[in-house]
Amino acid sequence: MTALSVLFVLFAAMGLFGAVMVLVARNPVHSVLFMLSAFVSVAGMFVLMQAEFVAVLQVLVYSGAILVLFLFVIMLLARSERPIPALSQPLQAPVAITVGLMLAVEIGLVVLTGAVDRGVSGPDTPQAIAAVGGNVEALGRQLYTTWLLPFEVASVLLLVAAIGAIYLAKEEL
Amino acid sequence: MSPPLEWYLLFSAALFSIGLVGVLVRRHVLIIFMSVELMLNACNVALVAFGRHLNTLTGQNFVVFVVTVAAAEAAVGLGLILALSRHKDTVDVGEMDILKH
Repeated sequence: MTALSVLFVLFAAMGLFGAVMVLVARNPVHSVLFMLSAFVSVAGMFVLMQAEFVAVLQVLVYSGAILVLFLFVIMLLARSERPIPALSQPLQAPVAITVGLMLAVEIGLVVLTGAVDRGVSGPDTPQAIAAVGGNVEALGRQLYTTWLLPFEVASVLLLVAAIGAIYLAKEEL
Repeated sequence: MSPPLEWYLLFSAALFSIGLVGVLVRRHVLIIFMSVELMLNACNVALVAFGRHLNTLTGQNFVVFVVTVAAAEAAVGLGLILALSRHKDTVDVGEMDILKH
């Protein structure tokens, strides 16, 4: 096992543990904190895949913004002393776990039986990326040339989402 | 040498399945929402892994947009949850049934 493989196993264990604990934890605040561990380990995986920009984005947007938003909403909802609902209805848990296991086994079989295409290679080899100056530079070039229109549409989407969130969350306008 | 593509895909599949189980098994609306975010993250891992395997940055570009949409979705979704909890004092999805009556 190389050092990168050891790191991968560490991140995978941390991520899956965090993800499972999100579901198991009774307190929503604990769920958010376990979610943080899952998100950070996914960011570590992005670094292992030489996707540094996406890794930073993951930490900034997911861990930094979205989880803080979740914490705020949990604390807003907690003002009235309601009991947190029970884990599930009687038959819900076994059925859900069966469905989840089936999905995992199906995807695992597809991956392991070699349905993944091999021998196809795009233009962005590690050498080409290094020639441009690195992952961030290469990604920025594509984002502002090939994907310029989707990029602008995404900014409009964010504006609409911000207005919509304010409208929905405000007590009265 | 970085781990092979299959490892990342298996991790992604496991994460996605955990998210799916979370959506199905929990009744707290925020936990369900968090599970959806977990599934989005699993897809991001698969996208980046395939992009690296096929020597293309399109996967990473896609992840940038997925993160944007996830942020928008989180803002609007949490706004909806707040509005809903004001309207009906509960976080249990089993009790959010006003469309039924």
